[in-house]
Amino acid sequence: MSAVIESHNHDDHHHGPAKGLTRWLYTTNHKDIGTLYLWFSFAMFLIGGAMAMVIRAELFQPGMQIVEPEFYNQMLTLHGLIMVFGAVMPAFVGLANWLVPMMVGAPDMALPRMNNLSFWILPFAFFILLSSLFMEGGAPNFGWTFYAPLSTTYAPPSVTFFIFAVHIMGASSIMGSINVIVTIMNMRAPGMTLMKMPLFVWSWLITAYLLIAVMPVLAGAVTMMLMDIHFGTSFFNAAGGGDPVLFQHIFWFFGHPEVYIMILPAFGIASHIIETFSRKQLFGYASMVWAMASIAILSFVVWAHHMFTVGLPLAAELFFMWATMLIAVPTGVKVFNWVTTMFKGSITYETPMLFAIAFVVLFTIGGFSGLMLAITPADFQYHDTYFVVAHFHYVLVPGSIFSIMAAVYYWIPKWTGNMYDERLGKLHFWLSFIGVNVTFFPQHWIGLAGMPRRIPDYALQFADWNMISSVGAFLFGASQILFLFIVLKTVMGGKKATPEVWEGSRGLEWTVESPAPYHTFTTPPKVN
Amino acid sequence: MFKKATTSVNNKLLAGLITLFSSNMFAAWDDLNMTEGVTAISKEVFDLHMLIFWICVVIGLVVFGIMFYSMFAFTKKKNPNPATFHENTKVELAWTVVPFLILVFMAIPASNTLTKIYDDTEGDINIQVVGYQWKWQYKYLEDDIDFFSNLTTDWDEIYNKTPKGEFYLEEVDEAVVIPVGKKIRFLITANDVIHSWWMPDFAIKQDAIPGFINTAWTIVDEPGIYRGKCTELCGKNHGFMPVVVKVVPQDEYDAWVQDKKDAAFRMAELTEKDWSIAELTERGEGVYLKNCVACHQVNGQGITGIFPNLAGSDIVLNDKAGNIEILMEGVQGAAMQSFANQLSEVDMASVITYTRQAWGNAENGDGEIVVPKDIVEYKKPKV
Repeated sequence: MSAVIESHNHDDHHHGPAKGLTRWLYTTNHKDIGTLYLWFSFAMFLIGGAMAMVIRAELFQPGMQIVEPEFYNQMLTLHGLIMVFGAVMPAFVGLANWLVPMMVGAPDMALPRMNNLSFWILPFAFFILLSSLFMEGGAPNFGWTFYAPLSTTYAPPSVTFFIFAVHIMGASSIMGSINVIVTIMNMRAPGMTLMKMPLFVWSWLITAYLLIAVMPVLAGAVTMMLMDIHFGTSFFNAAGGGDPVLFQHIFWFFGHPEVYIMILPAFGIASHIIETFSRKQLFGYASMVWAMASIAILSFVVWAHHMFTVGLPLAAELFFMWATMLIAVPTGVKVFNWVTTMFKGSITYETPMLFAIAFVVLFTIGGFSGLMLAITPADFQYHDTYFVVAHFHYVLVPGSIFSIMAAVYYWIPKWTGNMYDERLGKLHFWLSFIGVNVTFFPQHWIGLAGMPRRIPDYALQFADWNMISSVGAFLFGASQILFLFIVLKTVMGGKKATPEVWEGSRGLEWTVESPAPYHTFTTPPKVN
Repeated sequence: MFKKATTSVNNKLLAGLITLFSSNMFAAWDDLNMTEGVTAISKEVFDLHMLIFWICVVIGLVVFGIMFYSMFAFTKKKNPNPATFHENTKVELAWTVVPFLILVFMAIPASNTLTKIYDDTEGDINIQVVGYQWKWQYKYLEDDIDFFSNLTTDWDEIYNKTPKGEFYLEEVDEAVVIPVGKKIRFLITANDVIHSWWMPDFAIKQDAIPGFINTAWTIVDEPGIYRGKCTELCGKNHGFMPVVVKVVPQDEYDAWVQDKKDAAFRMAELTEKDWSIAELTERGEGVYLKNCVACHQVNGQGITGIFPNLAGSDIVLNDKAGNIEILMEGVQGAAMQSFANQLSEVDMASVITYTRQAWGNAENGDGEIVVPKDIVEYKKPKV
């Protein structure tokens, strides 16, 4: 192994990155593209976050203070779209770019030029989406789920730009997924069988298949909208013989797997971090793989649990309730495996571990509320209230986003060659942890007490907890500026990192020096 | 304002702490929990909710208990040499099967309750509920009663110009009235986009979907006024279309039905009367503020690019026939709906007259007014 590393050292002089802006425009290097994805996603995280701040500021007190209801709806729509398609998904693709080739011992992604294309169309998609804010009639205002006919017959003219933007995002995701699958299937180092792959690689393999399966469905949904709006069809218009509920079936057939697309890579990340800082091999590797595969397969047969109130027949309600409850089984297995990995370990609490532990605890709380939402009769009370908002923010913010932050702290020494500032990292963790819970925990209560989601103003009994929730949101939002500062500080300098970085780290990426050379594993390593 | 609100938060926190340590812990809990409601079904749903909640709490305590124990007991300092075990098929099997059994235990009562909710036999009273942007219409199918239910909270309260009332955003001009002890069946649909009719106290939430009719039923035994909301994003004023149901004893209900029928008769008389401009404008302003102001605004200027300006609009100024037609038929493919069924002939005539008189329109246009008989004329079948 050491021989391989040495040969890299002197290769470096010939294959360094190009200089200037063209390095980033023309690059086909998986590390450069990974970096581009990560910075892009962080920019979107700040923009989508700023919109969340507008929402929380308006909800700080009852009454309309800061924005008009019309603009409020645009904010909540763009916040959702940007966070899902602009922040979480590209961040995971960025991590896949950086890590998958290094973890499987490949020199780069299998399709480097397509890799460049799949990134560089993304900024255009979001430029188009955001420019709709300045169009006559305003930006899309129908929620990120864009239910017809609010998003067709009754939509502002900018909906056409929204449809085009979604098409581009879909194309980007599909290209990214093809690349991940081809890389994993064809470019693993000799000896790395499927069941020896690191779990992050496994999680992304499954995620990529989910993406390829459902992004075309989303493209179909928006294309039908386009036809309804401009070409006189009536897919979703009852007056013309269509069916508005058909839209929801199609959307959620995409939407539910999409939810798991945003959480499966987080499972992979948490597994690596917990085993590293517990200094103990992950418990139940094989069952982790099977659990992820089961979750992915189940995700195709539970979509109508988002639609319990649309008037489905009893048989359908029962089926989707039972199928949804079943997801708790593989998800539980994962949580039990993580806890057992920590049991009798030798644990230290660096920043990545703090984020990973918070991920396990808070994601599980989101899982509990998810189980409650699966119970159809109770869902009639929960549906479209703040209880749902609390639920999905618990799985997305301290779930997906905490896992991304954990990943950044965990691998940034490998990316930059510098250790981050541990003291500031911990401060960032605690501020985020407190902020996220103060924001979203009370939302369970106001939801149960009867506050609907997606409203710009509310009845007086919800006032106190909304104010507390807003204070939490401002704290969480402000803490992310600290995150930006910590990352920049680490990029500029800091204590030099060793190749293995962490005492308990396992995996091929820790065998190359830090920072990882521009080209790694031009000769495949041997895995036993 | 800010200071006052902060104090109330402090009070609430303090009150929360005090109640937490007092014997009466569950009183404070109630404000933060699902309502038990007032029907047999809503109480069953509440019990189901609490059952699943406590199961989750117990599972959480066990899992997090082991996790926090490991976090404290197995630090690098206390346990420098980690164990090496990393798989155990029996354990994996156990924590697959046990949760599965717990789920079956939850699914049985849930499926039973759901089956009860889906009993869609005929009701004693059948009420059609129609969602509009942004109000509800109720039609009593047996008694030929038909009215709209609009938010009555003043826009000045919403925009913080006047203090907010007790039922801020939860009050309407006309509640649905139903008698106790009867099976009421709601037939729920919508006229424009999807809405959702939610009455937490009855545990009913059904989407109102244009072109489709969903059903829900309830039997309420406690008289009272119950408040709910629209729960599907339906555009700009989604937050401003509450649901209010008034449950009354049977004799009171019968009297209400009779009143509604008498009122319909009096309205017919009003239609025949000769109206002056002043009378029409005065009545029209009230109708405008209730039905039109959400989109066209108080000053008639609408919102650029979305809702048309009425002050100085050519149709409002000079085209009386076109003006009537737009209100009666709505505009295809736009937010402007038909008001033919929402407004009486009297209200229709007066609101059109109001818009043709207000904001300087009378001076800039032909100043023609519309009287109730014009609307009656319009409604006559054209041969």
